[in-house]
Amino acid sequence: MSSVSTAGTQSTVRLGLQGRRADVRGRMFQATLLLMLLLSVAVLVALLVRVVSDAWPVLSERSLDFLRSNTSSIDSRAGVRQGLLGSFILIGFVAVVALPLGVAAAIYIEEYAADTRLNRLLITNIRNLAGVPSIVYGILGLVVFVKIMRGITGPEIFGRSHVSGGLTLAILAMPFVVIVAMEALRAVPNSIREAAYGVGATRWEVVRSHVVPYAAPGIFTGAILSLARAFGETAPLLLVGATTGFLSTGNASFLETLRGPYTSLPTLVFAWTRLPGEEWQANAAAAIVVLLVAILVVNAVAIVLRNRYERTW
Amino acid sequence: MATTTGTRALTLDTLRGSARRRRKERLVRSLLLLSAGLTAAISVAIVLALASEAIRFFTNIDVAWLWTDRGWFPRRNLFDLLTIFVGTLYIVAFAMLVATPLGLGAAIYLSEYARPRTRRLLKPVVEVLASIPSVAMGFFALTVINPGIVQTLFDTTSTFTLAAAGIGVGILTVPLVASVAEDAMHAVPRDLREAAYGIGAKRSTVTRKVVVPAAISGVVAALILGISRAIGETMVVALAAGATGGSPRNFDPFAPGQTMTGAISSLAIGSDQVRGADQAFNSLYFVGIMLFLFTFGLNVVSQRYVRKVRRRY
Repeated sequence: MSSVSTAGTQSTVRLGLQGRRADVRGRMFQATLLLMLLLSVAVLVALLVRVVSDAWPVLSERSLDFLRSNTSSIDSRAGVRQGLLGSFILIGFVAVVALPLGVAAAIYIEEYAADTRLNRLLITNIRNLAGVPSIVYGILGLVVFVKIMRGITGPEIFGRSHVSGGLTLAILAMPFVVIVAMEALRAVPNSIREAAYGVGATRWEVVRSHVVPYAAPGIFTGAILSLARAFGETAPLLLVGATTGFLSTGNASFLETLRGPYTSLPTLVFAWTRLPGEEWQANAAAAIVVLLVAILVVNAVAIVLRNRYERTW
Repeated sequence: MATTTGTRALTLDTLRGSARRRRKERLVRSLLLLSAGLTAAISVAIVLALASEAIRFFTNIDVAWLWTDRGWFPRRNLFDLLTIFVGTLYIVAFAMLVATPLGLGAAIYLSEYARPRTRRLLKPVVEVLASIPSVAMGFFALTVINPGIVQTLFDTTSTFTLAAAGIGVGILTVPLVASVAEDAMHAVPRDLREAAYGIGAKRSTVTRKVVVPAAISGVVAALILGISRAIGETMVVALAAGATGGSPRNFDPFAPGQTMTGAISSLAIGSDQVRGADQAFNSLYFVGIMLFLFTFGLNVVSQRYVRKVRRRY
C-alpha cells in the first residue's frame, strides 16, 4: 500500500468508477446544450451588430438632428421626434391605467380571495389573457375605443388618437402586470402577515403597511418590464390608428394632443422598413437603435434592481 | 384605564374595531375586487367585440368565398382560409424547428449543467432576448435571415419568404420556451437526481432519464406556449413574409405567403382604401376571433400541463 502514491490511487479509483473510458457521449451532450444556448446569444449579438452597422451612416452624420426631426417623406430629413414623443405618451397611459389596476387586482387575488372555484377561474383567465396575441387587443381597441367611443377619444380623426392607442396598450399590459405583481406578493412570507394581524391590524392595514412594502421591489421591477414591453409593441397600434405616414404637429394644447393623431417609435420602424431604398433602411435601422437603447436600458435597470433587492427568506 | 374597562365584559364587538375602520376596510376590498373583476371583463369584451363583428361578416358573405383555390384576396371577396392556415402552419413549423432545440437546450444547460456563476451571467442574456421588440426582429429577418440563411441554403430568390419569417419568430420564441421549461426542471426535487447518482448514473444519464422525464409536462407546456406565441406573432410576418393585401394559395415555404396575423395587419394598414369594400375589412374580425380561439385553447391546454408538474412535486 505504502509503495503506491496517493495520486496514483485516486486516478485508479476514478478510472475504475468511470468504467475506464472517458464519457465522450456525455461530453458531447453537454457541448451540444451549450452550443444551443450560445447560438441564441450569437443571434442577439448578430442582430445588434447588423442594426448598428446599418444605422451608422445616419447616426454618425445626423446624430441629434435625427432625434429632433419630425417624420418626412424625404429620407435625409426624417427623424424620430414624433415617434419618441408618441411612445412616451402611450406608455404614460400604461403607467397611469394598467399599473394601479394591475397591482390592485393582484392584491385582491393574493391577499383577499378565498381559494374558490370562481377565483381559480379568474386566475386562469388572467394567465390566458397574458398569452393572447397582441394584435387581438388591437382589434378590441379598434371596436371599443375607435368605433364605439369615437366621440370621446377624438371625434375629428375618427377616434385614431393617443387616447385610443394608450388605452389599448394599457389593457394589453394589465394581465402581465397582474401576474408579476402576484408573484412578488406571493414571495412575502406569511410570518410577516401573522405578526401584523397579531397586533390587531385589519387586512388592509396588513397589506398596505407590511405586505406591499416588502413586495415593492418585485412589483417595481415587474412594472418596469411591462412598460418596456408596451414601448416595443407595434401590432395593436396598427389597428387603432398609429400613423405610418406623415404627421403634422401644430401648437396643440396637451388635451388636444391626447385626442389628436399620433405615431410611435416602433410604428416608424415598421413604416420605414417597408419603404424601398437603402436610405430608408438606414433610417429604419437608426430608429431601431433608438428603440433598442430605450428598451435595453430600462430592462438592464430592472434586472439590476431585482438582483440588488431580491430577498431570500 | 384599567379601572374603567376592567369591569366590562370583553365581547366580540370590542375586538371588531370602530365602525369607520370597518367601513374603510369594506370600501378597499370592493375597490380591489373591482380591479380583479376588470380582467374578467376584458375577456368578455374581447369575445363580444370580435364575435359580434365576425357574425356580421359571416352573415354577409357567401360561404363558398371561404374556400377558393385562387387564394386570399379580401378586396376581391376571395377569403381562402386554407391560404392563411397554411401560411400560419409554416410559420409555426419553422419557428418550432428553431425554438425547440435552442429553447430546450438552453433550459437544460442552465438548469442541470451551468455553475451558479455562469447561470447568473447567461440567464439575463436570454431574458434580454425576450425584450427585443418584434418589429426589430422583422427588420433582422428581412435584411439578414432571408438573404443570409434562407437564400443561401435553399433554392429561392424571393425577398420575402415564410421560412425567414418563421425563423425570426422562432428566435423570439426561444426565451419563452427556455424559461417555462427551466422552471419545470428546476422544480424536480434533488432527491430524484441524487438517487440516480447514487446508483452510479452519469450526469447526462440523470438529465435524460430522470430530470427531463420528471419535468415532461412542463416541457410540453413550454412547447405549446411557444406554438401559441408563434401563431400570434404579427410584426415579423408583416415585414418578412411578404404579407401584403393578398396572396395566392401557396404551399411553398420559400416563397411569400399570408398568415392569419399578416392578413389582419395588412387589412389594418390599408383600411382607408378598403372602406368601399365593406366585407374585406370585416374579414379582419373573423380572422381575429379564430386567432383568439386557437391561442386561447392552446394556452388552456398548456396551463393544464404546468399544473401537473406543480401538483406532483
